[in-house]
Amino acid sequence: MMELNELWFGLVAVLFIGFFFLEGFDFGVGMAGKLLARNDLERRMLINTIGPFWDANEVWLLTGGGAIFAAFPHWYATMFSGYYIPFVFVLLALIGRGVAFEFRGKVDSTRWTHSWDWVIFIGSTLPPFLFGVLFSSLLKGMPIDESMTLRAGFSDYVNVYTVTGGIAVTLLCLLHGLLFTTLRTVGSLQERARHMAQRVVFFVLIGLVAFTILSYFQTDLFTYRGWATTPMIVAIVLSYSFSGLYIAKQRDGWAFGMSGLGIALTIATIFTGLFPRVMVSSLDSAFNLTVYNASSGAYSLKVMTFVALGLLPFVLGYQIWSYYVFRKRVDGKDMVY
Amino acid sequence: MSELMLARLQFGATTIFHFLFVPMSIGLVFMVALMQTIYVVKNDETYKNMAKFWGHLFLINFAVGVVTGIIQEFQFGMNWSEYSRFVGDVFGAPLAIEALLAFFMESTFIGLWIFGWDRLSKKVHLACIWLVSLGTMLSALWILAANSFMQEPVGFAIKNGRAEMNDFFALLTNPQLFVEFPHVVFGALATGAFFIGGVSAYKLLKKQEIDFFAKSFRIAMIVGLLSGLGVAFSGHAQAKHLMESQPMKMAASEALWKDSGDPAAWTIVAGIDTDKQENRFEISVPYLLSYLAYEKFEGNVPGMLTLQKQYEKTYGPGNYIPPVKTTFWSFRVMAGAGILMILVSALGLLLQYRSKLMGTKWFLRTMVALISFPFIANSAGWIMTEIGRQPWTVFGLMTTAASVSPNVSYGSLLFSFIAFTLIYLVLAILLVYLFVREIKKGTEHHHTETGTTFDPFGKEAVQSWN
Repeated sequence: MMELNELWFGLVAVLFIGFFFLEGFDFGVGMAGKLLARNDLERRMLINTIGPFWDANEVWLLTGGGAIFAAFPHWYATMFSGYYIPFVFVLLALIGRGVAFEFRGKVDSTRWTHSWDWVIFIGSTLPPFLFGVLFSSLLKGMPIDESMTLRAGFSDYVNVYTVTGGIAVTLLCLLHGLLFTTLRTVGSLQERARHMAQRVVFFVLIGLVAFTILSYFQTDLFTYRGWATTPMIVAIVLSYSFSGLYIAKQRDGWAFGMSGLGIALTIATIFTGLFPRVMVSSLDSAFNLTVYNASSGAYSLKVMTFVALGLLPFVLGYQIWSYYVFRKRVDGKDMVY
Repeated sequence: MSELMLARLQFGATTIFHFLFVPMSIGLVFMVALMQTIYVVKNDETYKNMAKFWGHLFLINFAVGVVTGIIQEFQFGMNWSEYSRFVGDVFGAPLAIEALLAFFMESTFIGLWIFGWDRLSKKVHLACIWLVSLGTMLSALWILAANSFMQEPVGFAIKNGRAEMNDFFALLTNPQLFVEFPHVVFGALATGAFFIGGVSAYKLLKKQEIDFFAKSFRIAMIVGLLSGLGVAFSGHAQAKHLMESQPMKMAASEALWKDSGDPAAWTIVAGIDTDKQENRFEISVPYLLSYLAYEKFEGNVPGMLTLQKQYEKTYGPGNYIPPVKTTFWSFRVMAGAGILMILVSALGLLLQYRSKLMGTKWFLRTMVALISFPFIANSAGWIMTEIGRQPWTVFGLMTTAASVSPNVSYGSLLFSFIAFTLIYLVLAILLVYLFVREIKKGTEHHHTETGTTFDPFGKEAVQSWN
């Protein structure tokens, strides 16, 4: 019988997979505004492809954070206070990005829209990079003491391994966004998105392989639960290879699906590699935060399980419905933003 | 300034800034839903334009509310890690439920509403905006369930050195929640109403789109008056409850150092001397405080000095008197603004009923100035509630000084405080700028449609190939 602590670890993982799968593509679309679009109309088309969705996608992060708070208060407390400055930057980026979508089209001036385009670009690039840094350093371990307090220096956050992780996650999101664009637009924009995706998938593979090699030396990903993580990493590389093949064949739906599978497996691998730890201490493994010593009481977990399992089907239901309502491609007519 | 003070300042700035937008969003979306309902029932295009115009302003406001809310969710862990460890078990649950139940609902259906005018049937589209409204109110319910726990902790037991939940139902039926939730929601509706009322008055003064804005004004004043009365009644219920749950906050909000004696008089203004722990002068109304506290014209209200002695006995040595001046004056600002708003909305309805609204220029000008009042009242109310609870974060359980993150350095705090404050300032300026623009434009351009057809071989696209 699985304990509720373990179930909640799984639920948190599911929420983060949902977040990276969904917000992943709208981060990517945000990056594409600078990298792919060549004029204002194309930029507006890109924003309109994610227009009805980005806000709800971001809620996956809020819910993930809330779930950690409710189910693993120590994890929430240690991680958010320990990564204070990175989270300040994530918040600033998400604030700028969120209002930029709404404000960008409100004033008819090139300077106004150009400024907001930069805000969207930075706001869409910085968070996936910082989340990549966060998750890599979680795997590597951080200086957490016996009172579960994390006191780290600059090189604990920023080093070759975490920066590689950051770049890899950013590339995954860019690819995912470009493939989403191929599904939601028409004409030259769609063709160029496909073309760029074909090049990006190559860099994604390089990034992932580099990250895997570094992980071998820097983390216990292959020793701690190698029997599970090794085949998962192979599956990730296969997903992106297939994604690349499908892009070449112009089968956009499959290419996007494979990229989504790659993202889901990547996050799943990180969580599998951690379990049952939620934060690894680099000082002493006795100071690790685990699903057992960082969790809420049994009663709280039980209540939250009922609530979450009761609500999640509805949430998924109406979100899927909203994607169904806006299944039509954005062709530059009747745009809101 | 100490790290604790800086962390408190940042939390206060973030929360007050966030809560400028939250009540406005709750109020506006409710009224937009109301307008759209009239449109669907009467099939009158005026009300469709009304929903679109005010909906447009709502969206600008909503965006800022959403993004500042992200900070709210994470700052407990970032700045108050010891607090989060201690109460996460009870306090985290409503926050997680808020995200799962309310945030998903409002964010998904707002997308469907914005983009769905032509893609959904009238009724389904109307349902979307009502679901957004419901979402905003559910969000208020859960965050206030969390806040009520801080005012009046229930449904928990201390285990393993932490407050662990043992009764979820108690959390939901917290008596504090029953007085706090209606007070906040009515306040939010009043905020939306006075915003629409004030902007409509401005347009009426300019004699622009008179029919449209006169109708908007009427809806606003009806909602404004009803919710103003709701705020007053629930506020009174809250004051009465305060006598049982946090008598110290009650005493501080009255600057009552010694016991009031029976019957208790209500102090309108006082010269407060916190060093000598007495008031230099007071102007008071006899009997009124007894009525506010007990709903009868008798009864003694205990003063801060008496309570301090009691608290020392219960909780050990320490200073349990909150900042008296702040608590006292914020209460008066809130209550004064509230009463004024009730009177003004009643007068507005009367003038409109007698067809004298357009001619009464001074009244319309007052309405424009009054846009700021709900915001002042909302902020003052929260300042009173949260400052009045000091030195506690969770009343009787955990002090603010014990709640702060031990591992966040002064430099980090200073950096985040400056960065957040700057971004709030920029957002505030942009928001006012956009509001003024949209309001001046009126209803003509409320829906941005390009009408351009995208032609992959057209001029714009061909240019883009180079």
